[in-house]
Amino acid sequence: MWLCTYPRFTASVLLSASACLLSSVGSAQSHSSNEELVISDNPVGHPGGRLVTSLRSEPKTLNPITSIDISSREVIAQMTGDLIHINRLSQNTELAIAKSWTVSRDGLQYTLKLRHGLRFSDGHALDVEDVLFSFQVYLDEKVNSPQRDLLIVGGKPITVHQVDSDALVFQLAQPYAAAERLFDSIAILPKHLLDQAYKDGKLAQAWGLGTSPEKVAGLGPFRLKEYVAGQHLTLERNPYYWKADRAKHRLPYLDQITFLFVPNADAEVIRFQAGDTDVLNRLSAEDYSALEKDQTKHAFHVYDAGPSLEYNFLFFNLNSVLPARSEISRKQGWFRQVKFRQAISMALDRDGMVRLVYRGRATPLWTPVTSASSFWIDTAVPHPVRSIDQARKLLEAAGFSWSQSGDLIDSSGSPVRFSILTSASNSQRTQMATMIQQDLREVGISVEVVPLEFRSVVDRIFQSHDYDAALLGLGGGDVDPNSQMNVWLSSGNDHVWDLGENHPATNWEAEIDQLMVKQLSTLEPQARKRLYDRVQEIIAENLPVISLVSPDVLVAAKDQLGNFKPAELDPHTLWNSQELYLSGTAASGQP
Amino acid sequence: MKMSRIAALLVTALAFLCLTVVFAGFLAPYDVAQQNRKLAFAPPSVIHFADASGRIHLHPSVCALEDRPGAFGEYRENHLNCFPIQYLVRGTPYEVFGVVKSNLHLFGVAPQTKIFLMGTDSYGRDLFSRFLCGGQISLLAGLTATLLSLAVGALLGTLAGYFGGWLDASIMRGAELFLALPWLYFLFAARAFLPLSLSATGAFWLLIAVMSLVGWARPARLIRGVVLSSRERHYVLAARLFGGSDTYIMRRHILPETYSILLTQAVLLIPQYVLAEVTLSFLGLGVAEPTPTWGNMLSTLQKYSVLATYWWMLIPGLLLIPVFCGFVLLANELQPGRKARAA
Repeated sequence: MWLCTYPRFTASVLLSASACLLSSVGSAQSHSSNEELVISDNPVGHPGGRLVTSLRSEPKTLNPITSIDISSREVIAQMTGDLIHINRLSQNTELAIAKSWTVSRDGLQYTLKLRHGLRFSDGHALDVEDVLFSFQVYLDEKVNSPQRDLLIVGGKPITVHQVDSDALVFQLAQPYAAAERLFDSIAILPKHLLDQAYKDGKLAQAWGLGTSPEKVAGLGPFRLKEYVAGQHLTLERNPYYWKADRAKHRLPYLDQITFLFVPNADAEVIRFQAGDTDVLNRLSAEDYSALEKDQTKHAFHVYDAGPSLEYNFLFFNLNSVLPARSEISRKQGWFRQVKFRQAISMALDRDGMVRLVYRGRATPLWTPVTSASSFWIDTAVPHPVRSIDQARKLLEAAGFSWSQSGDLIDSSGSPVRFSILTSASNSQRTQMATMIQQDLREVGISVEVVPLEFRSVVDRIFQSHDYDAALLGLGGGDVDPNSQMNVWLSSGNDHVWDLGENHPATNWEAEIDQLMVKQLSTLEPQARKRLYDRVQEIIAENLPVISLVSPDVLVAAKDQLGNFKPAELDPHTLWNSQELYLSGTAASGQP
Repeated sequence: MKMSRIAALLVTALAFLCLTVVFAGFLAPYDVAQQNRKLAFAPPSVIHFADASGRIHLHPSVCALEDRPGAFGEYRENHLNCFPIQYLVRGTPYEVFGVVKSNLHLFGVAPQTKIFLMGTDSYGRDLFSRFLCGGQISLLAGLTATLLSLAVGALLGTLAGYFGGWLDASIMRGAELFLALPWLYFLFAARAFLPLSLSATGAFWLLIAVMSLVGWARPARLIRGVVLSSRERHYVLAARLFGGSDTYIMRRHILPETYSILLTQAVLLIPQYVLAEVTLSFLGLGVAEPTPTWGNMLSTLQKYSVLATYWWMLIPGLLLIPVFCGFVLLANELQPGRKARAA
């Protein structure tokens, strides 16, 4: 295990020596000549077999530099390695290709040392040049990699230089809390395979799905074997992978992983039930209940891995809208009142949503931080019980009244009516919106639920701002508050309720801005938590987003799958694919 | 034309259906939007003619449902808490034809329990009430859209077939354009320009407009073909020779030839339009929740888990099969050439 892993690393450790020196106990085991393998703590499994899983869409590319779609990233994650990795189960960082890291006293310099003797999946040795090349590529504006934004700290790109034959220094423009988490999923690229494409300016076209397997290499547990368009993609075991089990057998155990392309959730469940696939990475609560009844008959189990990072929320359009949209401007007179938003929140039946929409496999929320972030969630945020009377009192205090027919009217006598925009393809959110419609009917508010095609929803929220209220779900890829900077900063791209603000529109938004910026450069975790707690309290009080529920992570796997430990962070099932093994009978049949 | 016995039977059955749907508010025991969140996916109520001690009663009763602890959507009856079904009870207000207001319902039970003849949906709403009231929108939308698209199709098809030339060419190219349009993307674009807060009435008329706009081209092509062959018939040429005007010839000789096509198209289009509403609702162009339609009731069946777990959710779909069959059989019976062929 690693010592001093985040977020447990303390001020005393930071102040001693030159910050936090991490070493991996048992990691420097020699397997072959001078090769520093990581030794896994997990039970020893059986080698061989093939695991079959499914993807909802075909991956677009195998290129880690340009991929953005979920399917591509799921496949690429199996084929690539990073310097420091976030353990999906513990949520802490752990050493991967780097064998240690140190942070300078001022928090501006990260020095990473590479493991000796590591090889890419084509057998070519890894050296510092590959790491330098990788960061050069990610930071090159012309390459336009989505990872580039992550590597901009304090408005300036991170700079990397070599200090030794196996050591590199990453220089930050300003202290950045938990900067080591930035290295997660930044795949280290083989310079010998991609340098020419980079020099020719054709890196974006490299490693398409048609690329022959020998021209694609990485540091992940698996490498490309076969891609059949429209049917499946198969990865085979990387014989040079840098992890071994306690018996010193090199991982991974599995010979192959096959990803079947299955277009929708229902088809995925049916194929899993039929035994075509071994693992289901995502499962709705309804499908979970349906499979749960069958699990004793068939040799599989469904797992509730606990709360996810996804938070579903209702929010009102507080953007400055064009004068032509006078109807929205008029309604914003209600939406901008904190008491109005508090009344709406008070009238919502979150427990009902948990029960009806998620069959009890979800958690009601009063803050956008879910209990998956056990360290960061502010447990002091109040959880008021649903009360229609209290909601009515708040509305009355905000100047609203009721007509004889029971409809809520504003001070000018206009009835309070608005629409809630939601994605038609997400039945859970549409169901929540329909429940909100009924809940608000009880306080005299008439709501239209408008399920639209997802792209139309995104366009209306982020571009045209042509909507009254919307129901969305966000889920950071990481538990760290830094992953939510874009949502809470008033200038953030995901500051959904009021986008493109030059200055914070309200005092409380200005305070959130200050707190978020301050936590970003605060290195001591408890101090950061105090700052982030305050952010959560401000949000809970002013309700720019009305948090609703967070669904649990639900997955399913065949019983024969060993070392299966579903995690709250994505990818929930295959995050430890190198340790998974198939016991008993042989793996699934041919796809 | 004298109607056959089967046709008369079918007309009676469909008229009965229409009457049932018109008086849905009276027949339905509950409000269509009323959510019983503690009774989501409750199975159809069991009607008891015997009490807990086994004594037979002529007056049927319904027992209250209780949650099975720790299980979602699983209920058991509390036989100590049964209530007789009451007739002509006062309940939630409704309107017939938007004119007659009442709160009188054919049947109901005491508020301590609920009667769900077809079970409940994922919100605990009574499927029986929703099916009856859903028919009001679906049948009316299906019939109106069918009439509109057939009227437009018949008019343009007759003009194209009868006059031929540039008029025929332009109408037929227009029809081909309509058939070839990628409607899904067109509808996405159309939705982007529409206001979000469409009332149920607005959404209803929009639904009819979209469906008839999409549907006129195919009948127009068929009718044009019939008209094209009819206008060369000897009796048409004779009528023309005797100085019959275009309007007279079309009305007297050409249009009657198209009736069977129109009928066939009508019975094909009505169920098609009812199902088209499922797609349109999915795109946000249909009638939004909580207003029920047969289309949005069927859309929940797309989910595997619902199909696999809650069999009563299939009842609306199963009930629609005889309804659609009724339309098809009726059209078959009413075909003008049927008697001659049978002879």
